[in-house]
Amino acid sequence: MLERLAFELECPGDPAPRAAPVVVGVVASGNLEVLVEPAGPPGRVVIEVTTSARGFGEIWDAVLRDFAARHGAGGLRLSVNDAGATPAVVTLRLDQAVEEYLAQPR
Amino acid sequence: MTALPPPVPVARSSYRESNARRRLAGLLDPGSLEDLLGPAERVTSPHLEPFGIPAAFDDGVVVAAGRLDGRAVLAASQEGGFMGGAVGEVHGAKLLGLLRRAERERPAAVLLLVDSGGVRLQEANAGLVAISEVMRGVLAARAAGVPVIALVGGGWGCFGGMGIVARCCDAIVMSEEGRLGLSGPDVIEATCGVEELDASDRGLVWRTYGGKHRYLLGEADRIVEDDVAAFRVAALELLDAPRPLTLEALAREHAHLAARLEAFGASADALDLWRAAGAAEPERLPMLDAATFRGAVEAARRGDR
Repeated sequence: MLERLAFELECPGDPAPRAAPVVVGVVASGNLEVLVEPAGPPGRVVIEVTTSARGFGEIWDAVLRDFAARHGAGGLRLSVNDAGATPAVVTLRLDQAVEEYLAQPR
Repeated sequence: MTALPPPVPVARSSYRESNARRRLAGLLDPGSLEDLLGPAERVTSPHLEPFGIPAAFDDGVVVAAGRLDGRAVLAASQEGGFMGGAVGEVHGAKLLGLLRRAERERPAAVLLLVDSGGVRLQEANAGLVAISEVMRGVLAARAAGVPVIALVGGGWGCFGGMGIVARCCDAIVMSEEGRLGLSGPDVIEATCGVEELDASDRGLVWRTYGGKHRYLLGEADRIVEDDVAAFRVAALELLDAPRPLTLEALAREHAHLAARLEAFGASADALDLWRAAGAAEPERLPMLDAATFRGAVEAARRGDR
């Protein structure tokens, strides 16, 4: 029924600082929520996806590799609950999640 | 003669268009929101996976401690976008836990930012039990002297068991966009027929369930614009105005409801009811902004504040 996907991707650039967890988005049709926590291995980003849309693993892989290449997200763990969002929506939510995580006062 | 300063744009933040977390953050003092069982704790519903429905990390409700004008409050904010804000086992347990905490900690108030169609059908029995426990929790917090204030202005309204929960509270704040009821329009159309209620008639639906009607009937204590800051002001005003929770107050409420049925029971449409209540030009009422509306219905309004 639900599909679970797990990724651990190289993240070049500065590692993300430690900050409080952040959640953005809503698990609604065509939407997703992303939880960001400082719990990944150094230099890599861990992304766990639970989705109701089965069979799109290759597209997730492409979208997430693109994300990892664009952000200094090393050391972060991202957890995604997805209700069939399109790749464009996923990309925007991931960007928003990391931006909000990094924008926190420290 | 000096030149006038340039006009300052009025920053308004729509309550309806916002989501549960942003609404709550905007309602509380800036930076004071402190999650209780936050999303990173992953306290999620175990009942959704068999239906192929992904869980939400907070099961569709943010529960938090925070401050309102410096005073400690506890608050819950339902996410209508996740399953229509419906109450399942975990969601309900979070609401109940918050109310029990209020009994112990005696904050200045509990704020319930309701945006919910009622019980989550996938968790029907657990959800029904949870709603009844939340009703008891509201009354217990009130009995302990903690006012419980419901705020209704989200896109999903306040229906089913959450409609009952809201009416168990000390006070309800609504925007015109917010809707309050027991059975929603689609349910009534499906069970009683389109002649009884045409759920596709948005004007009729909002006349029947919307904030203005609920304010005129006295069920909502404040009617505000669709603006997070306006909801905050109304909540502040109600902090120190608890409604008595006594047998006498209950008897008065029953007498009030009986008189209301006697006076308006024959009204087929809210417009007839507004006219019968003495509101001038009832057809105009849906067009008025909140402040003008309050003035226009002051004499016709039922209710004590």
